[in-house]
Order: sequence, then structure tokens, then C-alpha cells
Amino acid sequence: MRIRLPRSARVRVGLGVFLFFCLVGVIGPWIVTHVMHTTAEHSDFNAVAAGPSWHHLLGTTTSGQDCLAQLLEGARGSVFVGLLSGFIAMALAALVGVTAGFTGGITDRLLNAFANVVMTLPSFILLIIVAGYINSPSILLSSAIIGLVEWPGGARYLRAQAMSMRGRDFTTALIAIGESRWRILVVEVMPHLTGIISAMFLRAVVAGVFAQAGLAFLGIGGSTVSWGFVIGAAQQHGAIGLGLWWWYVPPGLCIALLGTATALVNFGVDEVSNPALRNASSGVRKAMKRAERELAARRSQETEGATA
Amino acid sequence: MTVADQNPPSVRTGSPVLEARGVSCAFGQRTAVDDVSLALYPGTITALVGESGSGKTTLARLFALFYRPSAGEILLDGKPVSARGRKVDYYGQVQMIFQDPFSSLNSLKRIRHVLSRALAVHGKASGRRETDAKVVEFLERVSLTPGSQYLDKYPDELSGGQRQRISIARSLSVEPRVLLADEPTSMLDASIRVGILNLLRKQRDEEGLAVLYITHDIASARYLADEICVMKDGRIVERAPTEQLITDPQHPYTQQLLAAAPDPSRTAWASNPEGEVR
Repeated sequence: MRIRLPRSARVRVGLGVFLFFCLVGVIGPWIVTHVMHTTAEHSDFNAVAAGPSWHHLLGTTTSGQDCLAQLLEGARGSVFVGLLSGFIAMALAALVGVTAGFTGGITDRLLNAFANVVMTLPSFILLIIVAGYINSPSILLSSAIIGLVEWPGGARYLRAQAMSMRGRDFTTALIAIGESRWRILVVEVMPHLTGIISAMFLRAVVAGVFAQAGLAFLGIGGSTVSWGFVIGAAQQHGAIGLGLWWWYVPPGLCIALLGTATALVNFGVDEVSNPALRNASSGVRKAMKRAERELAARRSQETEGATA
Repeated sequence: MTVADQNPPSVRTGSPVLEARGVSCAFGQRTAVDDVSLALYPGTITALVGESGSGKTTLARLFALFYRPSAGEILLDGKPVSARGRKVDYYGQVQMIFQDPFSSLNSLKRIRHVLSRALAVHGKASGRRETDAKVVEFLERVSLTPGSQYLDKYPDELSGGQRQRISIARSLSVEPRVLLADEPTSMLDASIRVGILNLLRKQRDEEGLAVLYITHDIASARYLADEICVMKDGRIVERAPTEQLITDPQHPYTQQLLAAAPDPSRTAWASNPEGEVR
């Protein structure tokens, strides 16, 4: 299989931001303990509800906890739940959607009906009910719950893609050499879908981060520090009324940035999967190149004329 | 009794490899193939000629077991073929070449993979070295020389003619006895068509393959085929050895087709090459 680097600058920026947050999620807590020599829970009673300073780069909370430490610790909670729930959601989506689309017939109708039913369930309300019932779910459990309600949209999209693959000559040709269906599906068709699946995975990750933030904000996301948890705590302690913007704005911005990053990546994926957009952009690119060449040719002619 | 049941003289040798007997196939209200009987003989190229929508591709796909006939049956070596279950053994005998070489190869797989899978499915080679050697052998059989140069290429690095040769090589690597070629040259430039046709002819001569050559171009059928079947509205309206059909067409539709084909030997066309065929 060939791996092509994305050409689009938007995709690169989006992927860069996304990978940056994943990195922070991995090394953030390490920085908190080994560089900042503190914890997310440690209270500095000399600086309570203090604004940003050299001692506390992002200020402190009403109980003197360092906001930067909380942000870095929270990155792990948020990004981990996002990644795991995204993985669960995409695995289910790929399994159900691609199987349905490629198999067709009664299997397709049953799986599609199931996906439609799950899709019409109000997922966030379902999340609240389940998370509230479980009462302070662990980080793994919240990921699983989020993943389990998030897959149907992706499944329907992949089903459509797989259906178009089934109609292509190359899959028919493979059937005609006697290749088994599952092998055609896994070895021959899946590589065509990896681009779309990975883009959808990013979207699912962000949806997971959002859902976790929502649950944590409502106080039913468990006791793990996450961005939503921080915002929820800030809200409970009246940070908005007290004007402690350094408490709730940074985690909010992080969530928003992560969302923007996936939006950027998805623009790029649209360009690949939507031929109209691709042609337009490549047409524009070609026209630009031609114009540049002509301009350069005219310039060189002019300089030649000037020197002669 | 349809026309196809009459046995035209000459060309036939031995008993048919693959045979459709009274086969029909309908899609909704439309009957694409209507009670057709057609037999393919070893070492014989049978051309199936007709306009778009005449049912010739449907007939090929019935032979390839992609559709199940609503009536009649397909027989391999005189035994009815079941359209159910996995058909590896059947595809080891009957292979199909598709019209469009730009879509019949997986663009994400190297040529080595394309051919070695066909070999592996039918147990024709095992181990990387043996497989590679076989792949090269079949590439060279379709005049892609040196074959080793093509192993690591992707389909989109090749021209249409080369791709069609690859897909023919894939079919041949199974060592089939029947080749169903569904308009194998219609997507290719005129300059490389003859090469593909000669390749099919070579397989008939050297391997004794039975070939079903489907085309809308009666001139190429004349060039290649031993016998020609003319299909119209899902039925075979005329079947005869090539020269007989060309020189003495019986059915009005055949006459019409011949009149519409450019033929340099016909004075009407030669004296007025720009004009309409009279």
C-alpha cells in the first residue's frame, strides 16, 4: 500500500494540531511532575485565585491549584477518552458499515436497520442516563459508552462507500478469479477506505472529547481530571462571576482547537473524496502554474531585452 | 428450436467445453437474454456480435456465473453448473476478461500481487520464488517483456493496452480452458487493438482455449473469430462460420450490421470513403 503525504496545507496544519494534543496527552502529566514539580490537585495557599504570573503561568483556581497543571493533566483524560471512544466507534462503524455495504441483500438490510435505530436514539441523553446510572464511571468505561453510541453515522457513510466498491469491475474481476469475499473485502477493498476511515476516526475522536467534556461538566464523567472536568469545576466555583478567565478559557480553547483541527483535516478529505472539489482545486492549481510560467518567461525576456 | 441449435459445419472439434442451454435472464420487466443456446468448443473462437443492449454482456455474465439464469442452465463438460456457493473450481476452468482495463485492476495493488493471487487461489504456485517465476512467465506470455520489470509496478503506471495484457495474464495464469472476453479492445486505442486480438488468437492456437469474443465491431470479429453469432434483442438470430456469415448473411439484421461496417473491399465505401454507407 502506498502512503501519500497530504498536499493540502490545511490538512497538514490540522494533523499537526491534532498530533500536538496527542503528544500533550502523553507527556503532559510527566511535565507536571518532573518539570513543574507539582500535581493537578496540589494547592498553593500563597496564591489563591491568582492571575497568570511567572510562578503560575496560567494562574490558579479558587483553591490555589495550578491551572496549567490541570490543563496538562486534563489533556490526558480528554484525549485518551477521545482516542479510545473514537477507536471503538470507528471499529464498529467499519465492521457494520463495510460488511453491510459489501455483502448486500438481507445482511445489508438488517445491519442498516440496526444502524438507523441506534442513530435515531438521542445519543447524548442516552450517555447522560447511562453515565449517571453507573455513577462516576472510570475512564475506560466512559470511553466505551461514548464509542457505543457514536458509531452509526460512520457506519452509514462507510456502507455507501463499500457499496460503490462492490459495483466496481475490480471486485467483480476478483470474484471471477475465485477470490473469497472476505479476502476481497479485507485485502483489496479496505485499503481504498483507509483514508476515509482515518478522517472519520479524527472526527470521532473529537466527538468523544466533546461528549466526555459534556459529561464531566455535568459532573457525571467520573473523577479523572479532564478539560470538561476543569470547566465544570470552574463553573461550580463561580469562576465566571469572579472573572477568573484563566481557569475556564484555556481548556475551552483546547477543545475548540481540537475541533478546528479535525475540521481542517476533513476539508482536505472532502477534496479527495469529492471529485468536483478535487478537479476544481487541481484546475486552479494548474492555471496558477501556467500563469506563473508565463510571467517568468515574460520577465526573463524583458531582462534579456534590457541586457541586450 | 433456435438458430443456435443448428450445427454449422467445419470449425467444431470434439464436444463443447462450456454450453448455455435454453438460458434466459430477466431484470425486472426487461428480458436481457431470451432462451439462448450457445456452445463453446476447444480451440475455437466464437464471436458474439450485436449492438448495445442486445444482451451479449449479460450472456457473458451468465457464463461467468455473476447472474443466475431465470430459465435454462449452464453446462461445463456437459454437467450442469450450480450457481450457488463458492465457485473456485469453475473459475479454474472459465475465466473472464473485462472491457475496461482501467477499472478491472485494483489500483492500490502491485502487478505481482494481482497475478500471484490468481496463482495462489488455484494452487498453481507456492512460495515467493516459484510464484514470482510463474508471474514473470505469464507476463512474458502476454508480451510484457521483460516480465520482471513489471512486478513492482502499479496499474496506473501502465498504459491501457498494458493493463489489458495484465488482466489477460491474470486470467491465463489460472490455466483455464475457456476465456470469456467482453469487448476486450473497445476501451483501447486502435493501434493496440490488433495486438490484443492476436494475443487471444495465440491462446487458441497454442493452448487450445475456447474463446468467447464479445464485440459490437463485426470487422474485428471477422479478423479474429472462427464463427460468429449475431445477437439481437436477447436472442441469437444467426450463427455461422465467419466467412460464410460475412459473404452470405441470412438474417436482415446481420446484413444491416455488415452494411454499417467499414470494409475497404466494398467499392461503395472505397469510392466514397467520407460519405454514408449505402
